[in-house]
Amino acid sequence: MSSMVRKGLGYLSLALMFVAIFMVFDWVPTEAEQGIAQRIFYFHVPCAWVAFAAFGIVALAGILYLWLGERMWDDLGYAAAEIGMVFCTLVLLTGSLWAKPIWGVWWTWDSRLTTTFILWLMYGGYLLLRSSADDSPQVARFAAVVGIVAALDVPVVIVSVRLWRTIHPAVLITKTGEHGLEDPRMVVALLVSLAAFTIFFVWLLTLRFAQLRARTRLHRMGQEIALAEMRAGDR
Amino acid sequence: MDHFTFLVAAYAAIFVVIFLYVLFVWRRQSALEAELREMEARLKELIESPRSDEELPSRHP
Repeated sequence: MSSMVRKGLGYLSLALMFVAIFMVFDWVPTEAEQGIAQRIFYFHVPCAWVAFAAFGIVALAGILYLWLGERMWDDLGYAAAEIGMVFCTLVLLTGSLWAKPIWGVWWTWDSRLTTTFILWLMYGGYLLLRSSADDSPQVARFAAVVGIVAALDVPVVIVSVRLWRTIHPAVLITKTGEHGLEDPRMVVALLVSLAAFTIFFVWLLTLRFAQLRARTRLHRMGQEIALAEMRAGDR
Repeated sequence: MDHFTFLVAAYAAIFVVIFLYVLFVWRRQSALEAELREMEARLKELIESPRSDEELPSRHP
């Protein structure tokens, strides 16, 4: 992706973020049951969406790395895991700040919260592995397997509100098959936030991916230069 | 704390975490550029050293 397109994506996501903030704080009506705290929802859901998309990319990149063995897919998986972890942390943080005024507790071992926490722990392990081990193909293969296995938790998080008893609301699609947003302005605000976060995610992913690609090439070049220096020193 | 405080805290948390991550990416970019400059210098030194001149095949026979 050219730097011009990437810059454009960055500015577009920033502009959409401002529009979304204006909508959340000034435009959408206050929800009848939960009051003003429900407005956390408009950024909480997009954070979850970005985290799930990122972890999906980790799994896909992991499969492609195991299949084709090209380093590019490992770099893509690493970049996506890092970003997914940031947004998964935000989901837990904003969820906790939403839970306290509504449920009266910062945390409860509810099915959706617990499965999301397990997801966070698994990708935390993935990133720990990447940061503590070297860049060998063995580590990359192991990380790919961890990334794929951890991503299996994503559909579990999504369906957890239907599988088990939960106090977490099924806001997007309720048990009757409708969405739980009572006013059309709420839907528009959510869609704008989703667009802003998706574009921001694409911008961040392409940036971090390009960095990791450059790092890989630099390391390879460094090894070749060191070898040439050794040969020159021997003669 | 009233509900508005929780709302502001949630949005502040989002922007602080995102800002910190973007800062981390920016610092990585600077480190990468420094590494590239160092490698360019090493490469230049290797090419200009008299020993390597003898080893390198001449382009102009």
